[in-house]
Amino acid sequence: MIEVRELVGVGIGSGVVVGPVLHVSRQAASAPADTPSTIGADAELARAREALASVSAQLRERAAGADESTRDVLEAQALMTDDPALLDSVTVKLGAGVTAEKAVSDAFAEFAAMLADAGEYFAERAADLHDLADRAVAALQGRSTELVIDPGHPYVLVARDLAPADTAVLDLDRVLAFVTSEGGPTSHTAILARQRGIVAIVGAPGVEGLADGTQVIVDAERGRVFADPDAAELADAESRIAARAAAADVPAGPGALADGTPVKLLANLGKPGEAAEAVRLGAEGVGLFRTEFLFLDRLTTAPTVADQQESYREVLAAFPGKRVVVRLLDAGADKPLAFLNPGEEENPALGRRGLRALRATASVLADQLTALAAAQAQTEAELWVMAPMVATVEETAFVTRAIHDVGIRTAGVMVEIPSVALIADRVLSRTDFASIGTNDLTQYTMAADRQLGSVAALQDPWHPAVLRLVKEVGAAGAALGKPVGVCGEAAADPLLAVVLAGLGVTSLSMSPTALADVRVSLARYSLDDAAAIAEAALAADEAADARQAARAAADTITAGR
Amino acid sequence: MERTVTIASGHGLHARPAKLFTQAVAASGHKVTIGRPGGSPVNAASILGIIAAGFENGDEVVLDVEGDESERVLGELSEFLTTDHDEAAG
Repeated sequence: MIEVRELVGVGIGSGVVVGPVLHVSRQAASAPADTPSTIGADAELARAREALASVSAQLRERAAGADESTRDVLEAQALMTDDPALLDSVTVKLGAGVTAEKAVSDAFAEFAAMLADAGEYFAERAADLHDLADRAVAALQGRSTELVIDPGHPYVLVARDLAPADTAVLDLDRVLAFVTSEGGPTSHTAILARQRGIVAIVGAPGVEGLADGTQVIVDAERGRVFADPDAAELADAESRIAARAAAADVPAGPGALADGTPVKLLANLGKPGEAAEAVRLGAEGVGLFRTEFLFLDRLTTAPTVADQQESYREVLAAFPGKRVVVRLLDAGADKPLAFLNPGEEENPALGRRGLRALRATASVLADQLTALAAAQAQTEAELWVMAPMVATVEETAFVTRAIHDVGIRTAGVMVEIPSVALIADRVLSRTDFASIGTNDLTQYTMAADRQLGSVAALQDPWHPAVLRLVKEVGAAGAALGKPVGVCGEAAADPLLAVVLAGLGVTSLSMSPTALADVRVSLARYSLDDAAAIAEAALAADEAADARQAARAAADTITAGR
Repeated sequence: MERTVTIASGHGLHARPAKLFTQAVAASGHKVTIGRPGGSPVNAASILGIIAAGFENGDEVVLDVEGDESERVLGELSEFLTTDHDEAAG
């Protein structure tokens, strides 16, 4: 075993934990031998059928208990295991006198190769097939297909990466932290860690070299794993863990920097039912209420004004006296609607989506604004309304007037397209506020499809080009006295949140589970500190360098006290 | 009985739409194939075959249904393919 002391990866959140390492990889399936079958093709086929059926049944069982997106993935995997074409292929191979293990393994490999040939887009599905083949062969060999043998104590889970089928069966209460050698900030492991508030470091090569039982400090804030820590390191970790716990116990006050500069901490919501949890976790309001849920289940017609009004009222009623920013329907690209989108675009992310689609279907825009204004009249919340996918000053003026005309006082635009960030001074002079959608702003700045795994490395909001655009918007907001918010994954990154504040952002909106970490992080730095940390990030060449430079600047500031 | 239709889903017949389609085919109890005009058809109950065929938004495909109620099944499956099923959060 190589002596590894410190490993570097991408930290998710800002937690710190100490615990023993446990590797969780299935016992690798020994490649099925090329020995001839001794029981004949018919008996082998019966074994293959039974094994595939047991894998499929297990996947379906897990799907039933999983959240919606995981369920879709697991159900698709079950269908692949049941696939008639797969069984045909197995049958043909068995005709040559091989064992069921060999036939099943080869049949999956054949389909995996076919998918790999179909392009990058399918690489992930091909990985699914390798996993399924492994499970089926394990079933044939009578081995367990379970990922983890519960060690009976809390542990730091170390793996190459985790698949939805794996995490669906984990007892997460035992997991102190995830550390994976592969995967990035958008991997399944990272998403699960954020959702469940579990400390995680992803993309930390070398972690496979740590022996089971090794004591480690997992420091997500610094993106570091320390193996066999000495007493001083342990004491430091324990004191940070205690400080974090204490901070989480304090009733959540309004978000602010160390010098008292307020930075409003708001929640991103996708459904009215999520409001109560956001309030409980200390949200000062809502920075992004997505309205697509009202529309997505409908194929041909828009919901009525009355239906919409009731949903909006439900959210607004949860935040009396507080700000609730509602985003107008953002249809198109990854969420097309039959009644708004033509569906024949070569390049939907650059097509008639967002405000462009709303303007083309005036009745949908008019109904939504009418319902919002009516819901506002029934509640005490401070309703702000903003438009998605705004590219020009003319669009800004149009939608601001449309929102004001129905009696909603505060109108704004999303900054997702670089054009409006570059002329933010002119855009903000025509509207009341701006909210930066960092996911789309990064996609459009880097010309990297958010949904395409092969270009995921470019989809990093730390890129200095993205930060410079944020700076333009922040400076314009400060000059004109208009609020500038950020909603998107970037706001939930505790260190990036400080950078954003340093660039002039006045509110941050995120998944409610991220609020506590961001609140603690902001409280450590003054506005001047934040500006200095932001400068360090802006001066970098690459996203990873910007993250490191900001970390170093922040550590220098706290060390100097 | 066959019919030529145009795929409407934004991202073609992959992922979730492919899953829903093969489920609908299996539920129909009929023998169904799908393929490009002039190309070799694949078993429409095979999610692997369909994903590997890489049907994209706007592609024309030939649906062929054999069975007792082929007209009804063909109608339902055609409607499925000409409806946009892609949806995602956020």
